[in-house]
Amino acid sequence: MIGLLERRLLFVTGKGGVGKTTVAAALGLLASEQGLRTLVCEAEPKGDLGFAYECGPTPFHGRQVAKNLTAMSMDTEASLREYLHHVAKVPVMGRIGPVARAFDFVATAAPGIKEILTVGKVCYEVREGHYDLVIMDAAATGHVVGQLAAPTGINELVRVGLVRHQTEWMLDILRDPTQTGVVLVTTPEEMPVSEAIDLADRLAAETPVHLACLVANRVLPELFGTAEEAAFDRLAAAAGVGWLADRLHAGEDEVSSVMAAARLAVTIRRDGSAHLERLRRCVAGEAPLLYVPYLFSRAYGMRAIRQVARSLGEEL
Amino acid sequence: MQPTRALTASERQRQLEQLLAAKEVVVACGPGGVGKTTVAAAVAATAAARLGGRVLVVTVDPARRLADALGLSGLGNAATRVPAEAFREAGTSPKGELYAAMVDMSESWDSLVRRHAPDERTAGQILANPLYRNISGRFAQGHDYIAMERLYELHEAGDYDLLVVDTPPSSNALDLLDAPSRMTEFFSSRLLRWLTVPYRSRLVNLASRPFYQVADRVLGSQLLQDLADFFILFQTMRDGFVSRAEAVNRLLGDVRTTFMLVTTLEAVPAREAREMAQALASRHLHLGLLVCNKVLPPDLSDPAVATVADALGSSADDLAASLPPELRGRERAALVASVLSEVAESFSNFRLVANREAELRSELALTHEVTATVGYQPGNVTDLGALLRIGGTIWGDAASTPVPSPAPGHRDEATTGKTPRQAAPSRQAGTSRQSSTSRQTGRSHGHR
Repeated sequence: MIGLLERRLLFVTGKGGVGKTTVAAALGLLASEQGLRTLVCEAEPKGDLGFAYECGPTPFHGRQVAKNLTAMSMDTEASLREYLHHVAKVPVMGRIGPVARAFDFVATAAPGIKEILTVGKVCYEVREGHYDLVIMDAAATGHVVGQLAAPTGINELVRVGLVRHQTEWMLDILRDPTQTGVVLVTTPEEMPVSEAIDLADRLAAETPVHLACLVANRVLPELFGTAEEAAFDRLAAAAGVGWLADRLHAGEDEVSSVMAAARLAVTIRRDGSAHLERLRRCVAGEAPLLYVPYLFSRAYGMRAIRQVARSLGEEL
Repeated sequence: MQPTRALTASERQRQLEQLLAAKEVVVACGPGGVGKTTVAAAVAATAAARLGGRVLVVTVDPARRLADALGLSGLGNAATRVPAEAFREAGTSPKGELYAAMVDMSESWDSLVRRHAPDERTAGQILANPLYRNISGRFAQGHDYIAMERLYELHEAGDYDLLVVDTPPSSNALDLLDAPSRMTEFFSSRLLRWLTVPYRSRLVNLASRPFYQVADRVLGSQLLQDLADFFILFQTMRDGFVSRAEAVNRLLGDVRTTFMLVTTLEAVPAREAREMAQALASRHLHLGLLVCNKVLPPDLSDPAVATVADALGSSADDLAASLPPELRGRERAALVASVLSEVAESFSNFRLVANREAELRSELALTHEVTATVGYQPGNVTDLGALLRIGGTIWGDAASTPVPSPAPGHRDEATTGKTPRQAAPSRQAGTSRQSSTSRQTGRSHGHR
């Protein structure tokens, strides 16, 4: 089976809030450290990618983040401009400003136009070979199917014209599992896992793109095995707490707070395991499941991205 | 138990009840994935139980279990009453009545079209147009608009004393606030008029010629014709849509409306929540309640408790060695020592997170009137009782127990009858090597 980073184009998606941008940024960093010329593209220009890399705004034309690593944010108008200029060679460049605005307006209504400009841009980068690997921090579960299905769908609406002509080569890239794949991110929680399972089905049914791998983000460490848990239960019961408080010259309230914190850690972990178990039952046969541990020390920024990159590197 | 600027439970309760008495509409907003839907349902259920009156929660995309908890399975736009029986099963007798409704996006759009189209024939043509489905689904933040529009409709009908509306997960939380204005803009824009000029005459219109030259080459003229046809139809609804969107906007700014900002205290959602709070303020919208969800218990950032946790870790071996037999059971001392060290290490890990949360909360606390904190809820929200417990925490009930031990039944379910360790996620075969960074990041995964 082909390695994740040996592909040319990865779409990272998942429910909002699960850490899509973190995983996309970490995969980008990992790839660049392996010497691959890497582009990470944020599909929704919210600034999350610049926040993750701590590099400030990531414009459409790209910002160099590290050696071999470029970050950019999607801008459909700029993408159209680039497309018209480089691909369509439309000779109305002077008027492109208002034209692009008008186009943007039509694109809002016409199915798949914005999506095709978004997906088209990253496919274009792949085709032109400017990068070895292009990673798209794609739309969340609600919209990513529309994004990835756009090149197929557009054939039904646009019967002539350049856009139609352009979809063919995009589809060649998108449907080839050795070139393109989806990285589906979830956390060990109910809704993110449910959405991941639904999305895996919809990707297969409605888009040309194949699932490359699942990432379980923010997985908590396991505290105890069975024997340890029995010992813990005795220590956390009233007699145990009393004895420990006595020996440590501490209050029983403090000792039970410490025990309660451990119990909470076990509980959160166990709830999460049940959800991941469901994910594995439903999807994991189709693609590998990578674990990224919960980061206690840092929640965001370059240090967090480095740690996530290292975890992913060990899992790959 | 609130660590920063704590209101006493009764003060919080008074403030919250004042707020809900003065307001008729509560709009839940906030970043995706923070539990907005659950919090909205919890606030509505608790308001119905404690304050009385007819309370309706309008929810957009509930988890199946939450939908079940509210009796919403398989229903569309119609509001249904959550039976008083369900409250009694949860151990309360409600003062008021709780209703729940879902927002069915396509149903709502269809009914908007039927309302605003000049006649039935036009409505039928719009609904049958192939571009309509697509447009209704996405343009002008369609989902956000529909949620706000539904809210307006229900408020107008006047059947409820309090409306709590959940909002769809937008790519940008601020879209919600702009949705009605965008709808107005869309219909008023020159571009729409431009597009709806009959296609032939457009070809001779000098101003638009470059656009159509480009568009023709890129999209093909057939699509443009389809779009123009559609927009001509759609424009017949202009007056209805515009006045409606303006009315929706007025309701959001009305003194009877308040916003409830829900977030977790993680860096990215908290940042988005802060932006949302600022956006509300700059639009002179009322932010009445901030709910911090899935927050770790405040004990974790208590230095006295941390001292005890550290002591437990550093003297783990001594403690384990001198443990009296009735506490040790059959376990070896080494095993007990490792349990104690794990407890201490886990405490210091979670303490970091809790401290970070406390800091983010004090930063957020500057922007709102009432803050409520909801702890992690073990298991899932599966019934009205769980919603009422969350509501109780928001109301500031003193005895919130953040760490109930999981019920035996739950444990069995989670592990499908095996030991917890076996049920932990294991890696794919062949990749189960020890992680070298695992100590640093907390132990990684339970495959060992």
